[in-house]
Amino acid sequence: MEQQIGLNGYLAVGAVLFVCGVICMATKRNAVGVLMGVELVLNGANVNFLAFSRFGTLGLDGQAAALFVIVLAAAEAAVALAIVLSFYNNHQTIDVDRATQLKG
Amino acid sequence: MESFLFTVFAVTACGGAVAVVLSQHVVRMAFWLVISLGSTAGLFFLLNADFVGAAQLLIYVGGTVVLLIFGVMLTASGPYLKISGSPGELLQASVVGLAFLSILIFSVLRIDWDEHFAKLEQAAGPSFFERPTYRPASEGATVRGLGAALLGTRFDRDLGTGDDELSTGYLLPFEIISVHLLVVLVGAAYLARAKRKVTRSEE
Repeated sequence: MEQQIGLNGYLAVGAVLFVCGVICMATKRNAVGVLMGVELVLNGANVNFLAFSRFGTLGLDGQAAALFVIVLAAAEAAVALAIVLSFYNNHQTIDVDRATQLKG
Repeated sequence: MESFLFTVFAVTACGGAVAVVLSQHVVRMAFWLVISLGSTAGLFFLLNADFVGAAQLLIYVGGTVVLLIFGVMLTASGPYLKISGSPGELLQASVVGLAFLSILIFSVLRIDWDEHFAKLEQAAGPSFFERPTYRPASEGATVRGLGAALLGTRFDRDLGTGDDELSTGYLLPFEIISVHLLVVLVGAAYLARAKRKVTRSEE
């Protein structure tokens, strides 16, 4: 099977998604924005899983891992949104810099 | 054709991700996230992962982003819709991020993958997509193997090999993750509901 786009292109896309997610997590002060950064990071990891499953010898193992990542991301988003809602109900803001109650 | 589609999907995925970082409005961030995740699903289809791509569209774009938008609607009121960090922070983070990205891409490009995969194929046999029992992508055939793998039998590894050994599947992780998702959703509903009762009684 002839391939014009090799593994490297997909890995580069995964790296860009990952770095964008990390920057998003680091700079956004809105808690929902931080969550979107986490989604981007997990998505970049999924691109890598599927790229190695296609071009490497992983086969269906990589695709099963990607499915688990998708389900875990959904679970994580649900819990994190519940925490954000609860924080908003207590503090009337979702600015993560204001969450300083546990600071020693 | 494939390289053209890859270019389109890769550019929209990366551009959407960059736009998520750069836009300050939360709803616009959610929109760019939909663009980025959707074109990543296109990349998954290009990688012959038809079921994972469909699951990405259904769960991520259809479920998680809708959940995020509900979170925005429930929390963002007035000034909280646009909380932006200082531009200096964004500049700092971009410099660090670009340095990290260049390290990642540099190290990816340095490795000669073909040589490694040649070694792996010697050790583990031909890759999944080159095996004769595998039905090609035009038939969209990862669904059956994936479903069997999640139930603990590996058609893709065991059929046509000739030896009597059975490969391990993913039954236990599948059960754990399903119970995990159930517990997490119940816990999320409890977390989001109990606090609202407290504020109501305070009023």
